[in-house]
Amino acid sequence: MSEVDIKNYCLNFGPQHPAAHGVLRMVMELDGEVIERVDPHIGLLHRGTEKLIEHKQYLQAMPYFDRLDYVAPMNQEHAFVLAIEKLLEAEVPERGQYIRVLYSEIGRILNHLLNLTTHALDVGALTPILWGFEEREILMEFYEAVCGARLHAAYFRPGGVHQDLPPGLAERIMAWTETFPQTLEDMEALLIDNRIFKQRNVDIGRITVDDALNWGFSGPMLRSTGVAWDLRKSQPYEVYDRMDFQVAIGTSGDCYDRFMLRLAEIRESLKIMRQCLNEMPAGPVMSLDNKIAPPRRADMKRSMEALIHHFKLYTEGFKVPEGEVYAAVEAPKGEFGVYLVSDGSNRPYRCKIRAPGFAHLQAMDFMCKGHMLADAPAVLGAMDIVFGEVDR
Amino acid sequence: MQDIADHISRSLENDVLASTVAHGELTIVARADHVLKVLTFLKDDQACLFRQLVDVCGADYPERTRRFDVVYHLLSIELNQRIRVKVETDEDTAVPSAVDVFPAAGWFEREAWDMYGIFFAGHPDLRRMLTDYGFKGHPLRKDFPLTGFVECRYSEEEKRVVYEPVELKQEFRDFDFLSPWESAEYVLPGDEKTDAGSNGGAK
Repeated sequence: MSEVDIKNYCLNFGPQHPAAHGVLRMVMELDGEVIERVDPHIGLLHRGTEKLIEHKQYLQAMPYFDRLDYVAPMNQEHAFVLAIEKLLEAEVPERGQYIRVLYSEIGRILNHLLNLTTHALDVGALTPILWGFEEREILMEFYEAVCGARLHAAYFRPGGVHQDLPPGLAERIMAWTETFPQTLEDMEALLIDNRIFKQRNVDIGRITVDDALNWGFSGPMLRSTGVAWDLRKSQPYEVYDRMDFQVAIGTSGDCYDRFMLRLAEIRESLKIMRQCLNEMPAGPVMSLDNKIAPPRRADMKRSMEALIHHFKLYTEGFKVPEGEVYAAVEAPKGEFGVYLVSDGSNRPYRCKIRAPGFAHLQAMDFMCKGHMLADAPAVLGAMDIVFGEVDR
Repeated sequence: MQDIADHISRSLENDVLASTVAHGELTIVARADHVLKVLTFLKDDQACLFRQLVDVCGADYPERTRRFDVVYHLLSIELNQRIRVKVETDEDTAVPSAVDVFPAAGWFEREAWDMYGIFFAGHPDLRRMLTDYGFKGHPLRKDFPLTGFVECRYSEEEKRVVYEPVELKQEFRDFDFLSPWESAEYVLPGDEKTDAGSNGGAK
């Protein structure tokens, strides 16, 4: 038989593929079913956030951060307000810090619930998403209770958080942290020993510590290789240094490890949430400095000064001293950073958003090479990509 | 932190122009053509070990002769330390690409090219990153208007997406709301009759 020249096959994955997690277009070069090259085309959700922020005052720019990684909105806001506070050298009252930590952890669970269940869906398990989203809905009610919005919270403000927890909410959250572990157990019982789930994930998308560092990985992607690097522990912000929690790490750096690691992180988040609720002191939630934080509505009825401050804050905004800072938080997906340059006016001069997903997706070619086509959704799912933050 | 700054400026005295510590962050300014040497040193030197590239981005300062900054953020997991490296460049001068030192630089540099038109020499794949296929211009430059130049819509007649020049129903208005008592340099109506008007506006 004469030799046949077999050409590589070029496949367009997305941008409307259900496993592409949004609007990812990947041009794949396939040799049979084996992936030779992946070229992700991103930017289909690019909204020019950074440009828009340059034209907005600091407070007006804040809601854009909800629209980046829209499955864990408050964690993004957190990085931005931390950057502003660093430039302003503003203090956040203790209660405000506790509420921020509490809601950052709620955000982490929101994100992990979405990621774990959709990852399971991508490799063929339909039930977890139905159970997980019920719990997500409850968490979004907690969001709604403090800020009035399920998704686009705009709750963290420079100097604190917008308003205090309404009465009874703390008890509701506490009660939820007691019942939720049962759902989590039910959900993981479906997956972690499941033969199909293991076949699809174990040893898929394996990375080493050096790969992870070279490609700028952070968060669960880095920890799955065994590096215990968590900004909440190593560079603690707010009151994370008072929290007692463990940093989950993996051993083999494959998709299964990342899945298990996120499950463990949910449990640690629950621990942090309980500590926050137990230890939260009374007091103001927002800085009392009326140059950055608005006065209370009741004060405005009686105090001329409060009225002036309110007017100035919502027309001119506050001015931020000249300088540049980089503030990073441990967002659910990894290190979410904001590089903020101020020229001393009431608007950011430059605001670069460093999204963890951007660095992770970059390594898609490296991680998929030599794998089968069917493994690509598993790798992508375990990377935890959300296009709001990748495309900005 | 100051120790690391001193160590770096001692070891790289020809390549590093300045180093500052502000807001608890270390920033060094390097010569653009020597940036690879600086990054390699920061990555490999035993007292630095900045083995992770967190971010590369551009920034535009049109009033300068070399208008762009390229800003690298590095992280050392071993020392729990961050550093910022800045180099200056302009539209025509290429910056050596850091891809060989940090593979992660690839997409970040593509983005800086896309957004600012900063050229990275030696980059294996310097295509546009975030903007549309066939996009013209570099949108994050300060002289690029917020509204852009083209808009697209689906044309029922041609059965495809068409691009057209942006048509604004109302001229783009950019309010800065800065206090007029501190910044306004214009003459308010009626002011020209008074002393204040002849002095050049409301003060």
